[in-house]
Amino acid sequence: MSAALPGAWISDWDKDSLDTDEMVVNMGPQHPATHGVLRLELRTDGEVVRAARPHIGYLHRCFEKHAENVDYPGVLPYADRMDYVAAMGNTLGFALTVEKLMGIELSPYVQTIRVLMAELQRIASHAVAVGTYTMDIGAFTPFLHLLRDREKVLDLFEWTCGARLLYNYNWVGGVSHDLPDGFVRATRDFLREFDSVTFPELLELIIHNRIFVKRIANVGVCPPELAISHDLTGPNLRGSGLARDLRKDFPYSGYEAYDFEVAVGKGQYGPVGSCFDRNWVRVAEMRESSKIVHQALDRLEKMEKTDVHEKVPKRVKPPKGEIYFRSEAPRGQLGFYVVSDGGINPYRVKVKSPCFAAMSAFHHLAKGMMIADVIALIGSLDIVLGEIDR
Amino acid sequence: MDATYAFLVRLVPEIAGWPTWAIVALSAGLPALVLFHFMALAPLVYVYGERKIAAFMQDRLGPMRVGPYGVLQTIADAVKLLFKEAIFPRGVDRRLFVIAPLLVNVGAFLPFVVIPWGARLQPADLNVGIFYVAAVSALSTVGLIMAGWASNNKYALFGAMRSAAQIVSYEIPSLLIILVPVMIVGSLSLQDLTLAQAGGLQHWFLFRYFPIMPVAFVCFFVAGLAETNRAPFDIPEAESELVAGFHTEYSGFFFSLFFLAEYTEMFVVSAVSSVLFLGGYLAPHPALQQIGPLPMGWFWLWFKAWALVFVMMWLRWTLPRTRVDQLMYVAWKVLLPIALVLVVLVGGLVLLPATADGFPWDRWVGWPLTLLVVGFLFTVMIRALQWNRRREQELGLPAHGVAAAGQLPR
Amino acid sequence: MDAGAIHDALVLRFGERITSAELEAGSPFAVVRTDAIAEVAAFCKAEPALSFDNLMCLSGVDYPKQTPPRMEVVYHLYSYRHRHMFALKVQLPRENPAVPTVEGVWGVANWHEREAWDLFGIVFTGHSDMRRILLPDDWEGHPLRKDWQDPEYYNGLHVKPTPQMVERVLTGEPIGVGPFDFTPENRHVEEP
Repeated sequence: MSAALPGAWISDWDKDSLDTDEMVVNMGPQHPATHGVLRLELRTDGEVVRAARPHIGYLHRCFEKHAENVDYPGVLPYADRMDYVAAMGNTLGFALTVEKLMGIELSPYVQTIRVLMAELQRIASHAVAVGTYTMDIGAFTPFLHLLRDREKVLDLFEWTCGARLLYNYNWVGGVSHDLPDGFVRATRDFLREFDSVTFPELLELIIHNRIFVKRIANVGVCPPELAISHDLTGPNLRGSGLARDLRKDFPYSGYEAYDFEVAVGKGQYGPVGSCFDRNWVRVAEMRESSKIVHQALDRLEKMEKTDVHEKVPKRVKPPKGEIYFRSEAPRGQLGFYVVSDGGINPYRVKVKSPCFAAMSAFHHLAKGMMIADVIALIGSLDIVLGEIDR
Repeated sequence: MDATYAFLVRLVPEIAGWPTWAIVALSAGLPALVLFHFMALAPLVYVYGERKIAAFMQDRLGPMRVGPYGVLQTIADAVKLLFKEAIFPRGVDRRLFVIAPLLVNVGAFLPFVVIPWGARLQPADLNVGIFYVAAVSALSTVGLIMAGWASNNKYALFGAMRSAAQIVSYEIPSLLIILVPVMIVGSLSLQDLTLAQAGGLQHWFLFRYFPIMPVAFVCFFVAGLAETNRAPFDIPEAESELVAGFHTEYSGFFFSLFFLAEYTEMFVVSAVSSVLFLGGYLAPHPALQQIGPLPMGWFWLWFKAWALVFVMMWLRWTLPRTRVDQLMYVAWKVLLPIALVLVVLVGGLVLLPATADGFPWDRWVGWPLTLLVVGFLFTVMIRALQWNRRREQELGLPAHGVAAAGQLPR
Repeated sequence: MDAGAIHDALVLRFGERITSAELEAGSPFAVVRTDAIAEVAAFCKAEPALSFDNLMCLSGVDYPKQTPPRMEVVYHLYSYRHRHMFALKVQLPRENPAVPTVEGVWGVANWHEREAWDLFGIVFTGHSDMRRILLPDDWEGHPLRKDWQDPEYYNGLHVKPTPQMVERVLTGEPIGVGPFDFTPENRHVEEP
């Protein structure tokens, strides 16, 4: 019997030492505000949380075991389903890792398509993140406005590759479908509306709204050392003031040619590293992604088209070796550690998901806040349980 | 009641000979019955209105399928709720569980006794009218706490406690601000309060002692909003935090009773605000008070109350929710000092003979301000409609998204 | 610093506790003796020239067919200050694998090590909270091992379809669930 080691059963942390005033509140797997099936065990004293313990694993689908039993292109649909809100990033990460292992270089055309899709996906993913976050805080309308714009992005994706949510788009050596005619014009129409209407409205209506700011500006402050120690990456790290972005530091897929800024939390309404700053970074990143998409569209119009399947190998058989490669997914640094033994199937695929690291810091951040603030904290970390549990 | 009696006697003269108790029962019971039915069926319209207003603000359509433009949706929902199983979770206190929604509804419906719909169209003109309203609407607090306690559920208890704290805290500035029009008039009766605003829009209390009374109106409206647990003060029913707060465990018919009570309370708060500040059943211009033989008083009160209900819904779908301690902060540290200052200020102004009837510029403020606000809202609406049309022409895209009309450019 | 320089710095400090290294790999790594890993980790973080303040990933890998058969724990490190990367490995026996914990050095290691215990059975000595994280608390076994066999039952439910169930499906018997019938005739085929 090799279950947990003795003395480490689930709820023995509270039964003996529970104060008479304390209460164990379960924000169970089914809850409107935990984004996915997440169980939070909170030990509260009235409204104040004394300790928090997240329980994950409700969505574990054995991705790493499956990856060992299918061939490299077959891993890509499984990879899509990890972070299902931002699926382009997952396949991009795995495809780049295997391409690095095999030494495949892609044409600028395919690289530009990849950047375009990744940034459109970033806009859509942050729209969901910011929209659901404001809905948790109580404002229902920005969620629907942002989802309306996300629908337009999903329409573009469906037009290109046939799928709205899980695309299997980035293949090892290329992409699955070329861009259809008229795609550039349709994307520019979408961006025109997004830049001129949705984004300014979002800022005015909710981001600078006094009630919203008062709810989240002093809550969940994450100092930079804690962020680095717990491997918070992406908007969570940039919200704490560090301007680190893989697209600038270790650019891949041609990102070095694009001109954009890295959004950083500046502590406009409270201490740096609060929930507001993390949310603000996501909002600002939507605007930066829109800039990148404009530049990518400009480059696409001038570039000569190449066949998107020309570098896709007939059989993907990387040489024996191992590599760890990371890419900037909308939720942070998505890392793939691939060990190849020279065969058709990968020997080992380990995924470092950014939300996994963010949840590991949760109980440090949640100590001392009120229950309503716990909701604010979870939303600001922008977790997707599919990625945490794989 | 007298009006009903006179009307009935004209119809059926024998009634005059009936024993007193029968006369009273008939002439008091009949309007009560009519009013009660009217007010109990009104939430059907409010809920439909709320869903449509929310939808249009969120760039979607709302109920469209059940009946033309979804007008039968609420009826369908009401019927569904009636047929749903009323679940009694294990461990609930059955008696309290059942009584709680009834008590909340009692607290919501009793104020209708004194709301004046016309000069003689009022179930009872109590001489302590407004005081009665304040007293009786506090009954619903007891019902809320009962609901939370009887549910045998931590979350429901949380919601009930928060709700009780919120309502009690906001009653204090609310009552203090009620004193302001009462001081101006010198009477607690709602009929007197309305008649003191006679003469047209410029005499309404909203424009008296300008700009002091508009502040009072806004504070009273905010306090009333908090008392009905509406956003941004809807922490007790915070969907994303406590599922449904104090009425989490209620299903079926009992849930619909809570719904009923909430919308009725919204209407009561709006109606009382209209009576106190917006002239009650008086028309903006005396000529509109009676169109031919038809008295329009009921229409004007209904219109004003509905406008305020619309503002409540508008606020709900725009603003996020305040946290519990921030809510208390607003009640005790913002509204209460303002209310105290207002009472002292207006009390002093009423006593001084020079300002006993208001500031000299009051009569010139009413119409310009109203026309300004109405005009502004109108322009916003027109521009929104024009934006849709311009979008279709300029971009060549349908107004509601590329794929919605199946028109992806191919 | 490049991989060679990092390796030299480690060898300078720890001598033969750094058993081997492979600096030409896709991600250069050094193999550390098992009992020294906690010290090496602390050194990597504290030493100003190295300054590995971020643990990017901690993975367990199972190599049953190599000589000698072993399990490895791979630590991928990154420095925000110097922007360089390196990897450390420890090699453990496949029976009762145990290695000291590094959760005192990098906070995120807490959860990564719980996952390695959960899926491989590697015990991290000194860990504050060694319990399963992804699998249910009453699961038996460690699935990511290469010699893992699916159990037949879990809490009374079939884990895999039995050969009898498979036969019944192949003979065309409707064994689907509810209105969805997965027999061959009823499969929906797209017209091209």
